[in-house]
Amino acid sequence: MAGSTLEIKNLHVSIEGKEILKGVNLTVKGGEFHAIMGPNGTGKSTLASAIMGHPKYEITEGSILLNGEDVLEMEVDERARAGLFLAMQYPSEISGVTTSDFLRSAINARREEGNEIPLMQFIKDLDKDLDFLEIDQSMATRYLNEGFSGGEKKRNEILQLMQIKPDIAILDEIDSGLDIDALKVVSKGINKMRGEDFGCLIITHYQRLLNYITPDFVHVMMQGRVVKSGGPELAHRLEAEGYDWIKEELGIEDETVGQNA
Amino acid sequence: MTVDTKLPYDRSYIEQFSAERNEPEWMKELRLNALDQAESLELPKPDKTKIGNWNFTRFKHVATGEKIASLTDLPAEIQDFFDVENLPENIVIQRNHTVAFAQLNEELSNKGVIFTDIFTALKEHEDLVKRYYMKDAVAVEEHKLTALHAALMNGGVFVYVPKNVQIEEPLQAVFWQEDPEVALVNHVLVVAEENSELTYVENYISNNKEEATVANIVTEVIAQDNAKVSFGAVDNFAAGTTTYVNRRGVGYRHATIDWALGQMNDGNTVSENVTHLIGDGSVSNANAVTVGRGKQIQNFTAKIAQWGKNSDAQILQRGVMKESATSIFNAIGKIEHGASGANNEQTSRVLMLSEKARGDANPILLIDEDDVTAGHAASVGRVDPMQLYYLMSRGITQEEAERLVIHGFLDPVVAQLPIAAVKKQLKQVIERKVN
Ligand SMILES: Nc1ncnc2c1ncn2[C@@H]1O[C@H](COP(=O)(O)OP(=O)(O)OP(=O)(O)O)[C@@H](O)[C@H]1O
Ligand SMILES: [Mg+2]
Repeated sequence: MAGSTLEIKNLHVSIEGKEILKGVNLTVKGGEFHAIMGPNGTGKSTLASAIMGHPKYEITEGSILLNGEDVLEMEVDERARAGLFLAMQYPSEISGVTTSDFLRSAINARREEGNEIPLMQFIKDLDKDLDFLEIDQSMATRYLNEGFSGGEKKRNEILQLMQIKPDIAILDEIDSGLDIDALKVVSKGINKMRGEDFGCLIITHYQRLLNYITPDFVHVMMQGRVVKSGGPELAHRLEAEGYDWIKEELGIEDETVGQNA
Repeated sequence: MTVDTKLPYDRSYIEQFSAERNEPEWMKELRLNALDQAESLELPKPDKTKIGNWNFTRFKHVATGEKIASLTDLPAEIQDFFDVENLPENIVIQRNHTVAFAQLNEELSNKGVIFTDIFTALKEHEDLVKRYYMKDAVAVEEHKLTALHAALMNGGVFVYVPKNVQIEEPLQAVFWQEDPEVALVNHVLVVAEENSELTYVENYISNNKEEATVANIVTEVIAQDNAKVSFGAVDNFAAGTTTYVNRRGVGYRHATIDWALGQMNDGNTVSENVTHLIGDGSVSNANAVTVGRGKQIQNFTAKIAQWGKNSDAQILQRGVMKESATSIFNAIGKIEHGASGANNEQTSRVLMLSEKARGDANPILLIDEDDVTAGHAASVGRVDPMQLYYLMSRGITQEEAERLVIHGFLDPVVAQLPIAAVKKQLKQVIERKVN
C-alpha cells in the first residue's frame, strides 16, 4: 500500500462551549506535503489538536478518518500508533524523564511485547539522527524539554518525528523561534522524511520555511474554516501581499473565529 | 482502645541485657539513666501529625538470626541490594540482632578504617564510641523516643574514617528484621575525621504486614573539618512497623554532608533529618523521596541549621501519595546570627495520585542574619494532563505515561543515591509501590 490517507470532513470543534472550527474539509495523502497558513487565532492549532485528540477539544460535528478508520473513536495513544504524529506548538516539559528513555518507550509502544528494539540498535539510530539534526549528544540524557531553549524544543520535536517515523505528521509552527541555521536543519529533517509513505501538514506563518520545504498544496484558514487552497504560488502571494486580498475576495471583515462570514 | 504507654522493659532487664553483652559501665549507666528519663519525657511533636496513639512501646526486644557463609546464601529480596556479579567488599548484614555477615577490605582496615557492628565497636573501640555516642548530634533527653532509644538500643553499626583517609568504595549496611515481631532500636554512628571522605549506604527491610512492632532509629554523622560524607538510605519497613527515624549530621569547617534518603516504609513513620552546619564553608544537600500508600500516615522533617559563615544548605523533598495515604513534609532552613554569606534553598513537591490521599508541604525559613540568601518552593499537585497528552501523542499508553511521569518526578532524588545497585533496588520498590 502506498501511504496513508487522512480525511477531515466538515469538522466542527468547540472548546469550553465556544465553537472554533466551523466545518473544515481537508485530505492529506502519503507522499503529499500540505501547508496551512492563516492569521493568528483562526483555528490552525485547534485543527491540529482535534486531530491528535487533545482532551480539551470537543468534536461537535464531522469526521476524521485515517485509511477509512474512525480516528475520533480512538484514544490519543491509539491515534499515534495508528500512524499520526503532532509536533506541538508548545511541547510539554517532562521532568525526570530523559529524551532517550522517552524515545525508547515511544518506539517500543509500537512494537509487540517481547519484540522491543535492541538497545544497541536504538542507540545507533538515535546517534545518527542526533548528528543529522546537529543536536548535541547530551540532549539524549537531558530531561525531555526541561530547560530546553525554544529552538532546542523544536529540534527535539523533529528528532522524535525521525525516530518514530509516522505515516502522517502535523507540524504546528515548527519554524517559530528558530534561527536561520536551525531552520535549515529542521527543514533538512522534514525533507528526509519525504516519500510515498509519508504525508505532512505544515502549519506556518512564514514563507521562509516553505523556501526550504516546498509544499504541494497551500491552504488558508480564517474563521475556523479553510477558505482558500492552491499551490506553492499561493504562499508566495501571501508573503508579498498579506491576507487582505483574500478577505476582500471573500467579503470577510474579521478573520478570527469569533466571527461569521 | 487506650494505648498502653507504660515502658515495656525495666531496670533489671536493661542491666541484664547490658551485662550479657559485656558493655562498658558507662554504657550501662547511660541506658539506665535514659530509662529513668523516658518515663517522664513526652513524645516528640511533629508538626501537623498527631502521634499520641501510635505504638512506640509494645514490641519484642530481641531476636537472634542465623549467620550466613556468603552473600549469595541470602534470599533474593536481600540480594537485590547488591550487584551479584560484583559483590560489595565492605558490608555488614544484621539479621534481627545478629551480625550474619561482615567484611571490610583489608587495605581499609590497615589504614585504620572501622566498619563494624555497634557492640563490637563498644568492645574494641570503646573510647571512640564513648566520645561521640549521643553527645554532639542527638541527645538522650530530647524526648521520650530518644530516651527509649538510648535505653533499649539493640543494634547498629559504627563507621570511623581516620584523618586524611579517603574511601572510594562505599560501605554498605543491611538491617534485616527477619522476625516479624521484633523491634529494631538501631544506632548508626558515622565519624569522619579531618579531611577524610566516605560513602555509606544502608537498607532497612522487614516483612511484618500484620504483626505490630517498632523501629526506633538514631543515626549520628560527624564530619570534621574538610570531611566529606555521602549518606544514602533505603528504608523499607513493612506495614506493621511503626517507625521513628532520626538522622542527624554535624558538619565542621568546610565539611560536606549529603543525604539521599529513599523513605519507602509501608507503616506509619516519623522521620527527622537534621543537619547542623557549624563550620564556616560547610555544605549539606538533603534529598529525600517517599511513596505513601494504603492508610499510612507519615511526617517528614528535613532541617538544616546554619551557624557557619558562607555555609550552603539545599533541601529537596519529593513525595507521591496514593490511595488514602497522608504525608506532611516540613522543610526547615534556619540561619543563625553570625552566619553571614549563608545560603539556604528548599524545594518540596508532592504529587497526588488519588482523591483520598493527603499531602502537605510546609517550607519554613527562620533567619537571624541579614547577609544571607534563601529561597523556597513548595507544591502539591496532580499529574499534569498536558504531560500525559504529550506522551500519549507519541503512542505511549496512558498507564505507561503515568509511570514515566511518576518516576520522572522522583528521579532527581533517586539519582542521588550513591550505589548503583541500591538505586536500582529503590527504583524497584518505587515501581512496586506506585503500581
Ligand atoms: N481554552 C480556550 N478557551 C477559549 N478559547 C480558546 C481556548 N483555546 C483556544 N481558544 C480560541 O480559539 C481560537 C483559535 O485558536 P488557535 O490556537 O487554534 O489559533 P491559531 O490559528 O493556531 O493561532 P496562532 O497562529 O496564533 O497560533 C482563538 O481565538 C483562541 O483564543
Ligand atoms: Mg497556533
